[in-house]
Amino acid sequence: MNSVHTIHGGIHPREEKQLSRPGQVIDAGLPHELILPLSQHIGAPAEPIVSVGDHVKGGQRLAEDQGAVSAAVHAPTSGHITAIDMQPVPHPSGLTNVCIRLTPDHADEWLVLQGLADYRSEAPDTVIAHIRAAGISGLGGAGFPTATKLLARERSAIHTLIINGTECEPYITADDTLMQVAAEQIVAGAEILAHILGAETILYGVEDNKPAALKAMREALAASDDALGQQQVVSFPTKYPSGGEKQLIEILTGEQVPSGGLPADLGIVCQNPGTAVAVRDAVIDGKPLTDRLVTVTGRAVSHASNYRVRLGTPIAHLLALAGFTPGSRQRLIHGGPMMGFALETDAVPVVKTTNCVLAPTQEELPAPPPAQACIRCGLCAEACPASLLPQQLYWYARAKDQEQLEKHHLFDCIECGACSWVCPSSIPLVQYYRAAKSHIVETRDDKQRAERSKGRFEARQERVEREAAERERKRAERKATAQQKAAASEADDPVQAAIARTKARKEQAAQTKDAS
Amino acid sequence: MLGLLTHYPLLTALTALLCLGMVFGALLGFASVKFRTEGNPLAEQINTLLPQTQCGQCGHPGCRPYAQSIADGGAINKCPPGGQETIDALANLLDIESQPLDAEHGVEKESRVAFIREDECIGCTKCIQACPVDAILGAAKLMHTVIADECTGCDLCVEPCPVDCIDMVVRKAGIAHWSWPMPASPEHTNIIATDKEAA
Amino acid sequence: MDFLRITSPHGHGPLSTAKVMQTVLLATLPGLAAMTWFFGPGTLINIIFGGLIALALEYAVMGIRQRDPLFYLRDYSVLVTSTLLCFALPPYAPWWLIVIGVASAVLLGKHVFGGLGYNPFNPAMVGYVVLLISFPLQMSSWAAPRGLGEVPGFTDALTALFFARDYDAVTMATPLDIMRQNTGLLMDDLYREATQFGQWAGVGWEWVNLAFLAGGVWLLYQRIFTWHGPVAMLAAIGLCAAAGFDGGSSNSGGSPVFHWLSGATMFGAFFIITDPVSSAVSNRGRLIFGALIGVLVYIIRVTGNYPDAVAFAVLILNFAAPLIDQYTQPATYGHDRSSE
Repeated sequence: MNSVHTIHGGIHPREEKQLSRPGQVIDAGLPHELILPLSQHIGAPAEPIVSVGDHVKGGQRLAEDQGAVSAAVHAPTSGHITAIDMQPVPHPSGLTNVCIRLTPDHADEWLVLQGLADYRSEAPDTVIAHIRAAGISGLGGAGFPTATKLLARERSAIHTLIINGTECEPYITADDTLMQVAAEQIVAGAEILAHILGAETILYGVEDNKPAALKAMREALAASDDALGQQQVVSFPTKYPSGGEKQLIEILTGEQVPSGGLPADLGIVCQNPGTAVAVRDAVIDGKPLTDRLVTVTGRAVSHASNYRVRLGTPIAHLLALAGFTPGSRQRLIHGGPMMGFALETDAVPVVKTTNCVLAPTQEELPAPPPAQACIRCGLCAEACPASLLPQQLYWYARAKDQEQLEKHHLFDCIECGACSWVCPSSIPLVQYYRAAKSHIVETRDDKQRAERSKGRFEARQERVEREAAERERKRAERKATAQQKAAASEADDPVQAAIARTKARKEQAAQTKDAS
Repeated sequence: MLGLLTHYPLLTALTALLCLGMVFGALLGFASVKFRTEGNPLAEQINTLLPQTQCGQCGHPGCRPYAQSIADGGAINKCPPGGQETIDALANLLDIESQPLDAEHGVEKESRVAFIREDECIGCTKCIQACPVDAILGAAKLMHTVIADECTGCDLCVEPCPVDCIDMVVRKAGIAHWSWPMPASPEHTNIIATDKEAA
Repeated sequence: MDFLRITSPHGHGPLSTAKVMQTVLLATLPGLAAMTWFFGPGTLINIIFGGLIALALEYAVMGIRQRDPLFYLRDYSVLVTSTLLCFALPPYAPWWLIVIGVASAVLLGKHVFGGLGYNPFNPAMVGYVVLLISFPLQMSSWAAPRGLGEVPGFTDALTALFFARDYDAVTMATPLDIMRQNTGLLMDDLYREATQFGQWAGVGWEWVNLAFLAGGVWLLYQRIFTWHGPVAMLAAIGLCAAAGFDGGSSNSGGSPVFHWLSGATMFGAFFIITDPVSSAVSNRGRLIFGALIGVLVYIIRVTGNYPDAVAFAVLILNFAAPLIDQYTQPATYGHDRSSE
């Protein structure tokens, strides 16, 4: 377990971590309004349980999680609910989504919080319920509901918990800072997670460009009673994207997560240090997830730092604190420079997945020049941490050849952007893959829907025919009985018989008349 | 005989060709009997490529009949719900040149579903009879509703409604259905395609 | 306020296509210096003249194809093509030879396939082979190197370019020619007899090759390409030569050092087979690609009928590159290596 493995590919972009002075935390205070999206996580949006005009206290639940994959939303402070409506949210689409808006009353009154006295004596399900009730979803970036992720223990036996303190994206220092200022809480949270999962080993993976964090983590580990005795801080060489879940697992264990599988298939679960602290706060103190550390950095702000921010704080408030002077063609990036997405407006709030707000100058991160022709240099294949053939995927994505895309394992792409970063022709490769992926998923959906429609159409067709046949049969039956009746009545109806007789007589008379 | 053949080279060639023709003819005949395919799977293959909206915009009563008409050599560009993608797929399957959608049959639109404004519905059941996939629920004199998941967006229910209470709404709207667009292809990254256009 | 929306990644690495091409051009300087010293300014003039023709052609073609020509000229790729081709042409070649060569390289080698990135063959080598097949006489008259003949001056070179009739070049068979035609002499005797052979592989040629080697090593250091292709090619040539040397008999094809340092070996290994567009893509693929070129170079040199073999070997392997790619795909993360 001690040896560190290497991953294929990877790049070394300028780190720029010192810009935000890792280790220092500034409290962002209270904005005029908190905007709390109902969808801050992967999965079903939460359902509001408060109404406009309600007064709520800090820590009060505002929206319930819906179904297995979802997370609740809590009030980060006391105040009034002023609206539940569509607001711009941090999302690559730049679209709006349903948000609860809360105007703080600045009393910051909180509910009485109730933690678990001794989680070690509780059943894992009870602890998971606590985590679910606290509305925790992964704070690393993807935002998968933590309680759901912990159900991995039902899928297969978990032996190792990995705390992912890699933070390989340039600029971001939120996890670095957290490890420096809250190492004990991270260890405590990790121990709770290991207890739930039944994991014997906890590995804290940290890149070697964070010596202060490494030191703090090692000290915290030495100071903890280490009930497991199987915890270790592992440092490894800095390289992007070592912090990808699959990449980190290979670095620490030498094993690869099977394609289409989960780390749990290897008996491993990964969690972010921020998530570990949130879990500790939820289980020990009963405190729901209502704030997080956010790196505000880039050369367009004068006070780059890490801020403790209440969820729902508009990014404009943060930028004002950090001394933001927008330049021409200013970009605002949610997340890091490699995988983050550009925001259209600073009115969007900080959400559970906001680890960084990056405001670079035009010189710092220039807009890409127009794409040139691919010269098949192969640098992308060398940089790809998943050992894909990015240029091949690029041709197929342009040709919309879904069969070849899947054959070349498009869905193993982690969208880290290393290929685009190295591409000498500045081709936006990752964007091609993202588009191709969603297009393939859509096509699959459409196929399925078409198949079902076909079935229903055929069933209906059959029914219509059956009904028509039935009607035809009934009609024929009715006709037949009518005819029968007619025939029968001809035989024994006295009236008819009389008419017939009269007719016959008349005819006879006529004939004799003619004859005479 | 052999002497005759050696004397007249032309005869040799003719004989050889004749023999070859007979052998291959027999082989082909044998193969056509031995490996005969049942039914006409081509129409079936075509049908699986069609979107199954059963909307009849192609002029055929449903996707299956349209598939049959294509299999019999009909045009492949009469399906607006399938759009260009379906036409390309059909062209690929049949190994013929793709062509643009025939605008006579309609234009390509986003996938839609029918939506009944329920307070206006009078319960006439006309839409229920029109629906090709039984995606409308309801009974006479009672309000009807669309099973959105089963609706193909074929439009066939809109026309018969006597009170015009059926709207066609975009199926995938909002942030949850958003997907990344393909990068815009500036002319210089799309060398081959623009060459075609320029030609 | 609305901010600029661009998709991730928001940063970019240091390399650009133009920079790659510029670096390659820079790396040819040692070779150019050596050639100019030993054979006079002929090559330099070829390169300048050929470059102008190439730029004009690219501009015209892009105009015809309704693209912004200046955008495409800025990637320097056409200059690399013409420069590499002109290195391979004999110094003091007539102007029409250069025009035909550059036109074949740019039009036939590149644009008919759709432009940069779409060409299956190395454009410079396409141009070279067109000339070699069409004008074998002009293509095989190499100037005599300094020390064996008089090195022409600048005006001589210009006269040669534009008034080929008025210029009577001192030409001489290259060591590779002599080696191929040798039937009776032992290696040691051959080296003593023919003054062209110099110390290891020919007067001038050995230094030209060493200069290209130096440029190539610098490119490696600049990470413009990986070591796989060149090393595989040189190793393959060396192994073949060692196997065919048989102690230097009259049937010998020449020592490994002779093959490494003569003709276009180093130029080919570092400047031609490293063209990314037409070579294999993966590192494993490039090992195979380079090694097969090395083997072919040796075979064609020893048994073939042409002055050098690099161009043919490269074109033949360009055919095979897609196949090599097909069989050297890397194992994707999370996929069982044995099942693929």
